[in-house]
Amino acid sequence: MSDSTVKLHYDIDAEDFTTAGEASSGVKKTLTRLGVNPELIKRISIAMYEAEINAVIHANGGFADVEITPEMVKVVISDNGPGIPCVEDAMKPGWSTASNLVREMGFGAGMGLPNMKRYTDEMCVESEVGVGTKITLIVYLNR
Amino acid sequence: MLKVSEIVKILDAEVLTGQENMDLEIYSGCGADLMSDVMAFVKESVILCTGLVNPQVVRTAEMMDIKVLCFVRGKVPGEAVIELAKEKGITVLATQQPLFICCGLLYSNGIKGRGVWN
Ligand SMILES: Nc1ncnc2c1ncn2[C@@H]1O[C@H](COP(=O)(O)OP(=O)(O)OP(=O)(O)O)[C@@H](O)[C@H]1O
Ligand SMILES: [Mg+2]
Repeated sequence: MSDSTVKLHYDIDAEDFTTAGEASSGVKKTLTRLGVNPELIKRISIAMYEAEINAVIHANGGFADVEITPEMVKVVISDNGPGIPCVEDAMKPGWSTASNLVREMGFGAGMGLPNMKRYTDEMCVESEVGVGTKITLIVYLNR
Repeated sequence: MLKVSEIVKILDAEVLTGQENMDLEIYSGCGADLMSDVMAFVKESVILCTGLVNPQVVRTAEMMDIKVLCFVRGKVPGEAVIELAKEKGITVLATQQPLFICCGLLYSNGIKGRGVWN
Protein backbone atom coordinates (compact mmCIF):
# COMPACT_ATOMS: atom_id res chain seq x y z
CA MET A 1 0.00 0.00 0.00
CA SER A 2 1.17 3.53 -0.70
CA ASP A 3 1.79 5.92 2.18
CA SER A 4 -0.73 8.49 1.07
CA THR A 5 -4.19 8.80 2.57
CA VAL A 6 -7.14 7.94 0.34
CA LYS A 7 -10.32 9.90 0.99
CA LEU A 8 -13.67 8.94 -0.50
CA HIS A 9 -17.05 10.65 -0.30
CA TYR A 10 -20.43 9.23 -1.31
CA ASP A 11 -23.99 10.52 -1.18
CA ILE A 12 -26.29 7.79 0.10
CA ASP A 13 -29.49 8.05 -1.88
CA ALA A 14 -32.70 6.76 -0.34
CA GLU A 15 -34.93 7.17 -3.40
CA ASP A 16 -34.13 3.77 -4.81
CA PHE A 17 -33.63 0.90 -2.37
CA THR A 18 -32.11 -1.26 -5.10
CA THR A 19 -29.01 0.96 -5.29
CA ALA A 20 -28.40 0.92 -1.51
CA GLY A 21 -24.97 -0.53 -0.83
CA GLU A 22 -23.18 1.10 -3.73
CA ALA A 23 -20.97 3.19 -1.43
CA SER A 24 -19.89 0.09 0.50
CA SER A 25 -19.33 -1.74 -2.75
CA GLY A 26 -17.11 1.10 -4.00
CA VAL A 27 -15.07 1.10 -0.79
CA LYS A 28 -14.68 -2.67 -0.96
CA LYS A 29 -13.34 -2.37 -4.50
CA THR A 30 -10.88 0.35 -3.49
CA LEU A 31 -9.60 -1.65 -0.50
CA THR A 32 -9.16 -4.71 -2.72
CA ARG A 33 -7.22 -2.63 -5.25
CA LEU A 34 -4.99 -1.31 -2.43
CA GLY A 35 -4.18 -4.89 -1.44
CA VAL A 36 -5.68 -4.80 2.07
CA ASN A 37 -6.05 -8.18 3.84
CA PRO A 38 -9.34 -9.78 2.64
CA GLU A 39 -10.52 -10.64 6.17
CA LEU A 40 -10.19 -6.99 7.21
CA ILE A 41 -11.93 -5.89 4.00
CA LYS A 42 -14.82 -8.22 4.84
CA ARG A 43 -15.14 -6.77 8.34
CA ILE A 44 -15.14 -3.15 7.23
CA SER A 45 -17.44 -3.89 4.25
CA ILE A 46 -20.10 -5.61 6.36
CA ALA A 47 -20.01 -2.88 9.02
CA MET A 48 -20.20 -0.07 6.47
CA TYR A 49 -22.97 -1.80 4.53
CA GLU A 50 -25.07 -2.14 7.71
CA ALA A 51 -24.60 1.57 8.44
CA GLU A 52 -25.37 2.52 4.84
CA ILE A 53 -28.58 0.45 4.85
CA ASN A 54 -29.60 2.06 8.16
CA ALA A 55 -29.17 5.52 6.63
CA VAL A 56 -31.46 4.44 3.78
CA ILE A 57 -34.19 2.67 5.75
CA HIS A 58 -34.25 4.75 8.94
CA ALA A 59 -33.03 8.23 7.91
CA ASN A 60 -33.98 8.87 4.28
CA GLY A 61 -30.38 8.76 3.10
CA GLY A 62 -27.13 10.43 4.14
CA PHE A 63 -23.42 10.62 3.44
CA ALA A 64 -20.41 8.36 3.65
CA ASP A 65 -16.90 9.69 4.27
CA VAL A 66 -14.09 7.19 4.19
CA GLU A 67 -10.45 7.66 5.04
CA ILE A 68 -7.93 4.94 4.23
CA THR A 69 -4.41 5.22 5.64
CA PRO A 70 -1.70 2.56 5.97
CA GLU A 71 -2.80 2.19 9.62
CA MET A 72 -6.56 2.10 9.41
CA VAL A 73 -9.84 2.45 7.57
CA LYS A 74 -12.22 4.99 9.07
CA VAL A 75 -15.81 5.15 7.84
CA VAL A 76 -18.21 7.91 8.88
CA ILE A 77 -21.88 7.52 7.90
CA SER A 78 -23.94 10.58 8.75
CA ASP A 79 -27.56 11.51 8.14
CA ASN A 80 -30.08 14.25 8.92
CA GLY A 81 -32.77 11.74 9.84
CA PRO A 82 -34.96 11.37 12.94
CA GLY A 83 -32.12 10.35 15.28
CA ILE A 84 -32.06 7.48 17.78
CA PRO A 85 -33.91 8.22 21.06
CA CYS A 86 -31.96 5.67 23.11
CA VAL A 87 -28.69 4.43 21.64
CA GLU A 88 -28.28 1.89 24.45
CA ASP A 89 -31.56 0.20 23.43
CA ALA A 90 -30.75 0.39 19.72
CA MET A 91 -27.44 -1.42 20.30
CA LYS A 92 -29.22 -4.46 21.78
CA PRO A 93 -29.33 -7.46 19.42
CA GLY A 94 -32.87 -7.86 18.08
CA TRP A 95 -33.99 -4.33 18.92
CA SER A 96 -35.67 -2.80 15.87
CA THR A 97 -38.30 -0.25 14.91
CA ALA A 98 -38.29 -1.36 11.26
CA SER A 99 -41.67 -1.46 9.52
CA ASN A 100 -43.14 -4.56 7.91
CA LEU A 101 -42.26 -3.07 4.54
CA VAL A 102 -38.60 -2.85 5.53
CA ARG A 103 -38.74 -6.41 6.85
CA GLU A 104 -40.12 -7.62 3.55
CA MET A 105 -37.05 -6.07 1.93
CA GLY A 106 -34.80 -8.20 4.15
CA PHE A 107 -33.92 -5.82 6.97
CA GLY A 108 -35.17 -5.23 10.50
CA ALA A 109 -33.61 -8.10 12.44
CA GLY A 110 -32.19 -5.56 14.88
CA MET A 111 -28.70 -6.90 14.20
CA GLY A 112 -27.17 -4.04 12.21
CA LEU A 113 -25.69 -1.99 15.05
CA PRO A 114 -24.50 -5.11 16.98
CA ASN A 115 -22.87 -6.37 13.77
CA MET A 116 -21.07 -3.04 13.27
CA LYS A 117 -19.73 -3.31 16.82
CA ARG A 118 -18.65 -6.92 16.32
CA TYR A 119 -16.70 -6.37 13.12
CA THR A 120 -14.92 -3.10 13.90
CA ASP A 121 -12.13 -2.22 16.34
CA GLU A 122 -13.82 1.03 17.30
CA MET A 123 -17.40 2.20 16.87
CA CYS A 124 -18.97 5.46 17.92
CA VAL A 125 -22.68 6.37 17.66
CA GLU A 126 -23.61 10.03 17.97
CA SER A 127 -27.31 10.76 17.60
CA GLU A 128 -29.72 13.53 18.42
CA VAL A 129 -33.49 13.23 17.99
CA GLY A 130 -34.70 15.52 15.23
CA VAL A 131 -31.14 16.33 14.09
CA GLY A 132 -29.53 13.15 12.83
CA THR A 133 -27.11 10.32 13.41
CA LYS A 134 -23.38 9.91 12.88
CA ILE A 135 -21.78 6.48 12.99
CA THR A 136 -17.97 6.21 13.06
CA LEU A 137 -16.41 2.84 12.31
CA ILE A 138 -12.68 2.08 12.52
CA VAL A 139 -10.77 -1.05 11.57
CA TYR A 140 -6.99 -1.08 12.14
CA LEU A 141 -4.90 -2.67 9.45
CA ASN A 142 -1.73 -3.61 11.31
CA ARG A 143 -2.90 -5.40 14.45
CA MET B 1 -18.52 -30.55 1.55
CA LEU B 2 -20.54 -30.47 -1.66
CA LYS B 3 -19.71 -29.21 -5.10
CA VAL B 4 -22.16 -26.74 -6.63
CA SER B 5 -23.02 -29.36 -9.27
CA GLU B 6 -24.08 -31.78 -6.48
CA ILE B 7 -26.13 -29.05 -4.79
CA VAL B 8 -27.95 -28.42 -8.08
CA LYS B 9 -28.91 -32.12 -8.22
CA ILE B 10 -29.88 -32.41 -4.54
CA LEU B 11 -32.12 -29.34 -4.64
CA ASP B 12 -33.33 -30.00 -8.17
CA ALA B 13 -32.25 -26.43 -8.82
CA GLU B 14 -31.97 -24.32 -11.92
CA VAL B 15 -28.71 -22.45 -12.57
CA LEU B 16 -29.60 -18.82 -13.31
CA THR B 17 -26.02 -17.64 -13.67
CA GLY B 18 -22.54 -19.04 -12.99
CA GLN B 19 -22.73 -22.26 -14.99
CA GLU B 20 -18.91 -22.14 -15.12
CA ASN B 21 -18.62 -22.51 -11.31
CA MET B 22 -20.10 -26.00 -10.91
CA ASP B 23 -16.85 -27.36 -9.42
CA LEU B 24 -16.75 -24.80 -6.60
CA GLU B 25 -16.65 -26.50 -3.18
CA ILE B 26 -19.13 -25.46 -0.50
CA TYR B 27 -18.41 -26.20 3.17
CA SER B 28 -21.02 -24.21 5.05
CA GLY B 29 -24.48 -22.80 4.57
CA CYS B 30 -26.84 -20.17 5.80
CA GLY B 31 -30.62 -19.94 5.50
CA ALA B 32 -32.32 -16.63 6.27
CA ASP B 33 -34.73 -14.01 4.95
CA LEU B 34 -33.22 -11.17 7.00
CA MET B 35 -29.82 -10.06 5.76
CA SER B 36 -28.41 -8.84 9.08
CA ASP B 37 -28.93 -12.33 10.47
CA VAL B 38 -26.79 -13.57 7.59
CA MET B 39 -24.13 -10.97 8.35
CA ALA B 40 -23.97 -11.95 12.03
CA PHE B 41 -21.99 -15.08 11.09
CA VAL B 42 -18.88 -15.07 8.99
CA LYS B 43 -18.07 -18.43 7.41
CA GLU B 44 -15.91 -19.70 4.59
CA SER B 45 -17.09 -21.27 1.29
CA VAL B 46 -20.73 -20.52 1.93
CA ILE B 47 -24.03 -21.04 0.14
CA LEU B 48 -26.74 -18.56 1.13
CA CYS B 49 -30.30 -19.90 0.80
CA THR B 50 -33.03 -17.27 0.96
CA GLY B 51 -36.60 -16.51 -0.05
CA LEU B 52 -35.72 -12.84 -0.50
CA VAL B 53 -35.14 -11.88 -4.13
CA ASN B 54 -34.05 -8.24 -4.17
CA PRO B 55 -30.61 -6.81 -5.11
CA GLN B 56 -29.67 -6.51 -1.42
CA VAL B 57 -29.25 -10.29 -1.29
CA VAL B 58 -26.51 -9.97 -3.90
CA ARG B 59 -25.01 -6.96 -2.06
CA THR B 60 -24.95 -8.96 1.18
CA ALA B 61 -23.23 -11.83 -0.61
CA GLU B 62 -20.76 -9.39 -2.14
CA MET B 63 -19.80 -7.87 1.24
CA MET B 64 -19.40 -11.34 2.79
CA ASP B 65 -17.52 -12.90 -0.13
CA ILE B 66 -20.33 -15.44 -0.56
CA LYS B 67 -19.96 -17.02 -3.97
CA VAL B 68 -23.20 -19.02 -4.26
CA LEU B 69 -26.84 -17.97 -3.73
CA CYS B 70 -29.91 -20.16 -3.87
CA PHE B 71 -33.38 -18.65 -4.10
CA VAL B 72 -35.97 -20.95 -2.51
CA ARG B 73 -39.76 -21.52 -2.65
CA GLY B 74 -39.81 -21.03 -6.43
CA LYS B 75 -38.96 -17.33 -6.09
CA VAL B 76 -37.71 -15.85 -9.32
CA PRO B 77 -35.42 -12.81 -9.11
CA GLY B 78 -35.67 -9.96 -11.58
CA GLU B 79 -33.20 -9.54 -14.42
CA ALA B 80 -31.41 -6.74 -12.51
CA VAL B 81 -30.65 -9.11 -9.63
CA ILE B 82 -29.16 -11.73 -11.95
CA GLU B 83 -27.16 -9.06 -13.80
CA LEU B 84 -25.72 -7.74 -10.53
CA ALA B 85 -24.77 -11.27 -9.48
CA LYS B 86 -23.12 -11.88 -12.83
CA GLU B 87 -21.15 -8.67 -12.47
CA LYS B 88 -19.94 -9.75 -9.02
CA GLY B 89 -19.10 -13.29 -10.13
CA ILE B 90 -21.75 -14.80 -7.87
CA THR B 91 -23.44 -18.07 -8.90
CA VAL B 92 -27.24 -18.04 -8.60
CA LEU B 93 -29.45 -21.11 -8.22
CA ALA B 94 -33.23 -21.34 -7.86
CA THR B 95 -35.24 -24.20 -6.38
CA GLN B 96 -38.91 -24.95 -5.68
CA GLN B 97 -37.98 -26.32 -2.22
CA PRO B 98 -38.94 -24.27 0.84
CA LEU B 99 -36.11 -22.88 2.98
CA PHE B 100 -36.33 -25.44 5.80
CA ILE B 101 -36.28 -28.44 3.45
CA CYS B 102 -33.49 -26.86 1.43
CA CYS B 103 -31.29 -26.44 4.52
CA GLY B 104 -32.15 -29.95 5.73
CA LEU B 105 -31.21 -31.51 2.41
CA LEU B 106 -27.90 -29.66 2.25
CA TYR B 107 -27.03 -30.45 5.86
CA SER B 108 -27.85 -34.15 5.61
CA ASN B 109 -25.85 -34.42 2.38
CA GLY B 110 -22.68 -33.04 3.92
CA ILE B 111 -22.69 -29.27 4.35
CA LYS B 112 -22.04 -29.03 8.07
CA GLY B 113 -19.52 -26.23 8.48
CA ARG B 114 -20.26 -23.84 11.29
CA GLY B 115 -19.86 -20.09 11.43
CA VAL B 116 -17.92 -18.28 14.07
CA TRP B 117 -19.81 -16.09 16.50
CA ASN B 118 -17.43 -13.31 17.54
N1 LIG C 1 -29.41 6.11 11.05
C1 LIG C 1 -30.45 5.90 11.87
N2 LIG C 1 -31.41 6.85 12.06
C2 LIG C 1 -32.44 6.63 12.90
N3 LIG C 1 -32.63 5.50 13.60
C3 LIG C 1 -31.73 4.52 13.46
C4 LIG C 1 -30.59 4.66 12.60
N4 LIG C 1 -29.86 3.53 12.68
C5 LIG C 1 -30.51 2.72 13.54
N5 LIG C 1 -31.63 3.29 14.01
C6 LIG C 1 -32.58 2.73 15.01
O1 LIG C 1 -31.93 1.70 15.72
C7 LIG C 1 -32.64 0.46 15.54
C8 LIG C 1 -31.65 -0.68 15.53
O2 LIG C 1 -30.78 -0.60 14.37
P1 LIG C 1 -30.15 -1.93 13.77
O3 LIG C 1 -29.38 -1.57 12.56
O4 LIG C 1 -29.42 -2.64 14.86
O5 LIG C 1 -31.43 -2.81 13.41
P2 LIG C 1 -32.44 -2.65 12.18
O6 LIG C 1 -31.87 -1.70 11.19
O7 LIG C 1 -33.78 -2.33 12.73
O8 LIG C 1 -32.46 -4.12 11.59
P3 LIG C 1 -31.25 -4.85 10.80
O9 LIG C 1 -30.07 -3.93 10.87
O10 LIG C 1 -31.03 -6.12 11.51
O11 LIG C 1 -31.74 -5.04 9.41
C9 LIG C 1 -33.41 0.64 14.26
O12 LIG C 1 -34.54 -0.20 14.18
C10 LIG C 1 -33.80 2.12 14.37
O13 LIG C 1 -34.89 2.30 15.25
MG1 LIG D 1 -29.91 -1.97 10.47
